Amino acid sequence: MPDTLPADSVGLVSTATLHVDTPLQLDCGRTLNNYHLIYETYGTLNQDKSNAILICHALSGDHHAAGYHSMQDRKPGWWDSAIGPGKPIDTNHFFVVCPNNLGGCKGSTGPNTINPETGRLYGPDFPIVTVSDWVRSQSVLADHLGIQQWAAVVGGSLGGMQALQWAISLPDRLRHVLIIAAAPKLSAQNIAFNEVARTAIKSDPDFHEGHYAEHNTIPAQGLGLARMLGHITYLSDEAMGQKFGRELRSGALQYGYDVEFQIESYLRYQSSTFVGRFDANTYLLMTKALDYFDPAHDFNDDLTATMASLQARSLVISFTSDWRFSPLRSVEIVNAMINAGKHVTYAEIEANQGHDAFLMPIPRYMEIFGSYMKKIASEVPSA
Amino acid sequence: MSLRIDLQIISDWIPDGARVLDLGCGNGTLLKHLQQRDISGYGLEIDNGKFAECIASGVNVIQADLDEGLPLFADQSFDFVILSQTLQAMARPDFLLDEIMRVGKQGIIGFPNFGHWLCRWQLSISGKMPVSKSLPNAWYDTPNIHLCTIADFEKMCADKHLEIINRSIVNHAHKDTLGIRLLPNLFGQIAVYHIQKQNS
Repeated sequence: MPDTLPADSVGLVSTATLHVDTPLQLDCGRTLNNYHLIYETYGTLNQDKSNAILICHALSGDHHAAGYHSMQDRKPGWWDSAIGPGKPIDTNHFFVVCPNNLGGCKGSTGPNTINPETGRLYGPDFPIVTVSDWVRSQSVLADHLGIQQWAAVVGGSLGGMQALQWAISLPDRLRHVLIIAAAPKLSAQNIAFNEVARTAIKSDPDFHEGHYAEHNTIPAQGLGLARMLGHITYLSDEAMGQKFGRELRSGALQYGYDVEFQIESYLRYQSSTFVGRFDANTYLLMTKALDYFDPAHDFNDDLTATMASLQARSLVISFTSDWRFSPLRSVEIVNAMINAGKHVTYAEIEANQGHDAFLMPIPRYMEIFGSYMKKIASEVPSA
Repeated sequence: MSLRIDLQIISDWIPDGARVLDLGCGNGTLLKHLQQRDISGYGLEIDNGKFAECIASGVNVIQADLDEGLPLFADQSFDFVILSQTLQAMARPDFLLDEIMRVGKQGIIGFPNFGHWLCRWQLSISGKMPVSKSLPNAWYDTPNIHLCTIADFEKMCADKHLEIINRSIVNHAHKDTLGIRLLPNLFGQIAVYHIQKQNS
């Protein structure tokens, strides 16, 4: 934790909660009669409410995108590299809003919140929500904040998919969309990885069909395994090799089954910290939302036709070593936008960090991201 | 700010409202200029710095390597595909020209004329590779690896059954001199061609 807050940090931040009593019709056919969304905001909304940026988070992200909750925090929010004074999403110019998705586990209504109809935790009975459901719920938050049109909706990975869905579903409510390290839908391989992760969680004896809270336990083994697997897909072979290589913890082979290689130790550490901060039912739900995401499905699988409604100008960014959502997946999006005659700018960033590159302050990435955001800033009056 | 000579020629040939693709668009000057006339489209640029400049000026820009062709773009999907001062830097100019005529209904190609008398003079008298205003690099570090003359380019067009709709051959002062009119391949420094497939 820093003794003093960095000058380019949004500083100490607090959360806000929106309670909604208007029922939300979900894609799965069920209805949430009431729900709440927890969110954070950074910067100041200008007079005509035209400088608002919506940040959509990825699978394991949450509403805490930037800054610190207290001086005791070990780390800032998950996208602190991109949000703050002088950073690409410059809080001197923009009013930034980041909600926790419905079905999340950090405060918005989800599996680990109380179902008002039963007085018990939703647990596995929480309906599976989709990317479109998230967009609808986020538009309710926008209404509440008086934001008729976002200056931009921005997201990476699953967050990028939400941003794309925003541009497709509610085209007149955003002027720009930034889709980073995303894909127009998951591939069979992507779904396969998700299914292994879900199987790991569901086959943990402590899972209890999702009712683990009632048994005062958590499926730590299964959730940890799911995270280990996920983490491998977030990094590139090259990045892992550079960071760990074949380095041994104790310097010599032990000829046993305990942790020997540094990479094993790292994965176990990642999984144990994740288990402490994330909910297994939410993990299942988020992976299903990813699997179901396929906006072109409603347009006879024609992605170009899907883009026909777009009004926002788009920036699409991919990373060379990302094999979870490779540059080719971003190119599919760009190609459809071009064929639909839409405004789009596309950059493929040379980076060896794999999918996780979208969270890192890679100079060229920050330059392009920042240039684009500056252009947006020039279109709106500051607060 | 006045446009570079070749860009001014190109701009004059494109009607209002057209849809264009500018290959090797640099900092987006031409596209920005064309936007004022409701001409929309995309630039392709590989250089990082110029790419960021395009973003700053609000030009749609796609980062792409032209040596890989134009796989992002559908057949006949643009009114004009523009390639200015870049043909000579391609690994396979003929392949890119095929791609231009696949994607564009018409093509506009500008290049420095290697047949200009100064180039010929430098090579024949001094015995050294020409260095000029349009070709400022030494032979070993030049990006211009496939230089051609006006005669060479017109032969390639004929071989590929491309019709030359219009051509503009000028010097750096943008003067259409008597010399250029009589002997364009000897006195022209910059050549810009407007082409389309024959019988199209």
